[in-house]
Amino acid sequence: MIFQDYVFYALAAILLFAGLRVITARNPVHAALFLVLAFFTAAGIWLLLEAEFLAIALVLVYVGAVMVLFLFVVMMLDINLDKLREGFWNALPIALPIGLLMAAEMVMILGSKHFSPDMMSTPTPRPAGYSNTAELGRQLYTDYLLPFELASVVLLVAIVAAIALTLRERKDSKFIDPAEQVKVKRADRIRIVSMPSEKEIIPVTAEAVEEKKK
Amino acid sequence: MNAIQYDVMTALPEILVLCMAMFILLLDLFLKPSNRFLIYVLSQLTLLGAAVLTTVTHVPAVGYAFSGLFVDDPLADVLKLGVYLSTAVTLVYTRQYTALRGMFRGEFYALVLFSTLGMMIMISGQHFLTLYMGLELLSLCLYALVALDRDNANSTEAAMKYFVLGALASGMLLYGMSMLYGVTGSLNVSGVADALLSGAPDHGVLVLGLVFIVAGLAFKLGAAPFQMWVPDVYHGAPTAITMFIGSATKIAAFAMVIRLLVQAMFVLAVDWQGMLVIMAIMSMIVGNIAAIAQTNIKRMLAYSTISHIGFLLLGFLSASLNGYASATFYILSYVLMTLAGFGIILLLSRKGFEADRLEDLKGLNQRSPWYAFMMLIVMFSMAGIPPTLGFYAKFTVLQSALQAGFVALVVFAVLMALIGAFYYLRVVKYMYFDEPEDHSPIVAPVDMKLVLSINAIGLLILGMLPQRLMDVCAYAIIHSIQ
Repeated sequence: MIFQDYVFYALAAILLFAGLRVITARNPVHAALFLVLAFFTAAGIWLLLEAEFLAIALVLVYVGAVMVLFLFVVMMLDINLDKLREGFWNALPIALPIGLLMAAEMVMILGSKHFSPDMMSTPTPRPAGYSNTAELGRQLYTDYLLPFELASVVLLVAIVAAIALTLRERKDSKFIDPAEQVKVKRADRIRIVSMPSEKEIIPVTAEAVEEKKK
Repeated sequence: MNAIQYDVMTALPEILVLCMAMFILLLDLFLKPSNRFLIYVLSQLTLLGAAVLTTVTHVPAVGYAFSGLFVDDPLADVLKLGVYLSTAVTLVYTRQYTALRGMFRGEFYALVLFSTLGMMIMISGQHFLTLYMGLELLSLCLYALVALDRDNANSTEAAMKYFVLGALASGMLLYGMSMLYGVTGSLNVSGVADALLSGAPDHGVLVLGLVFIVAGLAFKLGAAPFQMWVPDVYHGAPTAITMFIGSATKIAAFAMVIRLLVQAMFVLAVDWQGMLVIMAIMSMIVGNIAAIAQTNIKRMLAYSTISHIGFLLLGFLSASLNGYASATFYILSYVLMTLAGFGIILLLSRKGFEADRLEDLKGLNQRSPWYAFMMLIVMFSMAGIPPTLGFYAKFTVLQSALQAGFVALVVFAVLMALIGAFYYLRVVKYMYFDEPEDHSPIVAPVDMKLVLSINAIGLLILGMLPQRLMDVCAYAIIHSIQ
């Protein structure tokens, strides 16, 4: 094993641990912080794969922006943990065997029999001065222009959808449109109801009810 | 560096729809509410323009663009025309409904156009990335559209369910695609097909990837056992959006099945045939039997969709050009039927009243004999009673399955169609033999009445003269799939 292997195994172990803690941590803030750790170690693994730009983007975008925002949201929301955990133990007897079964199936199919390192040709190291970022940019703006443009449309739709679903006029606004006020007609304010002339009503008393019952 | 050729011409309809959607979004800011009608007209003109561009640039050959990420073949053209038509009809039917419910806004039309763009990309995707981006574009718009009636708790719940389950399905689809990439080393539809043809890479991994892809596709189509979201979303969404989800989007999902299963993974046909058989059987059982118990007509149509998807999958079983052509025919006729069916529900809805219970159709014949007759045609067509379009669609699909030797399955499908006829005919019974509970007049714009009548009569005429449409489907398939 060379030095990189040790680094890989260390990072992978931390990544797995962090991933597990994201779903098992009791406190949602801790869970979010473990997710940050998971992103960080994943970025480390990408560095090992010589994907420097992506690794830095992952740290900058996900750790720096998305997760911080997420932490704010988690801290502001009053999450009732007991309510979330309700039914966890009831569902466990069914969920655990299914989960284990699926994991076993994945191991069988994705194990070393199908995806061992010997089956893959060793990648040739890039020459010095090779720019990962430039290469990525070239691919993105030439061969993959269409998905790139589509991604921007998806983001636009996300903005439109978020605004369409959340923008509301203030209900307590006392604003009055003067033009509307001037245009008001008599018919808008009063309604004439035709009804038969009233007859004298004999009030119903307790005695009268008693008498009727007899 | 070489100059890169983007055959922008092939993607002209997409570019038009995108530009117009953004223009409408901006225009809405400067329009007075009383002039909103302009937005509706512009949306319809956009669809018309896209249809004209698609027809004008049509060639009976396969053309690639954007470094092979985009394909323009006759199948794409035919399916896109189907998408434009059903979206335009949806807009006609829903104008009054949305206006009465405060949804007649610029965002509604922009989102509908953006989802049309998503569908066009799904239809023309030649690369897993393009297909996935189109799918996400469509799905995001649909989640927002379902929730657009913000103060309605049912809609919000439906949107939430749709979003969570949709994200899960997208995840499954992506996972399957990553497996395929791991084995074949390509994300391109033709690249994957070539890699599979040139030698048998690891079969086990391939089938695992296939399972995930089929599951993701089945979710998007609404085939059992991935149908859980369909009744809830159909029921909870505003009827206008239900109609959109039930019609145009199914064409796009169908295109994706063709691109992924037929074009990319034809070598694995034996494997996906088995999966489709199970899904077809389950869809027909769940769809037809659960529909009997429904009292809400939107829920009933949701289960009807599931059973129709079961029939649609029969078309893929034969793995022959003939079968795909009949499946194309089936999806187009299904969309026409769904449009007319939801059109009647929208016609009967008023401000503050959704005509979505079966009882609301009671005595429709006394209120309006003409629309009762239209609904009769739609129900007969969905049940597959000759001489309607639905009969011929079922007939061709069953014929192709029979040629492939699935005799027992065809017999089973016919039995299920018989069970299904019960709940379609129950609607007819309500309309003709029961007393109306509500006598309010049917108010609708003239264009909606006209289009609805043409739509329903079209079901009858196409049912009697299906050959032209069948020829178009066969032409599209033969010139697109090698």
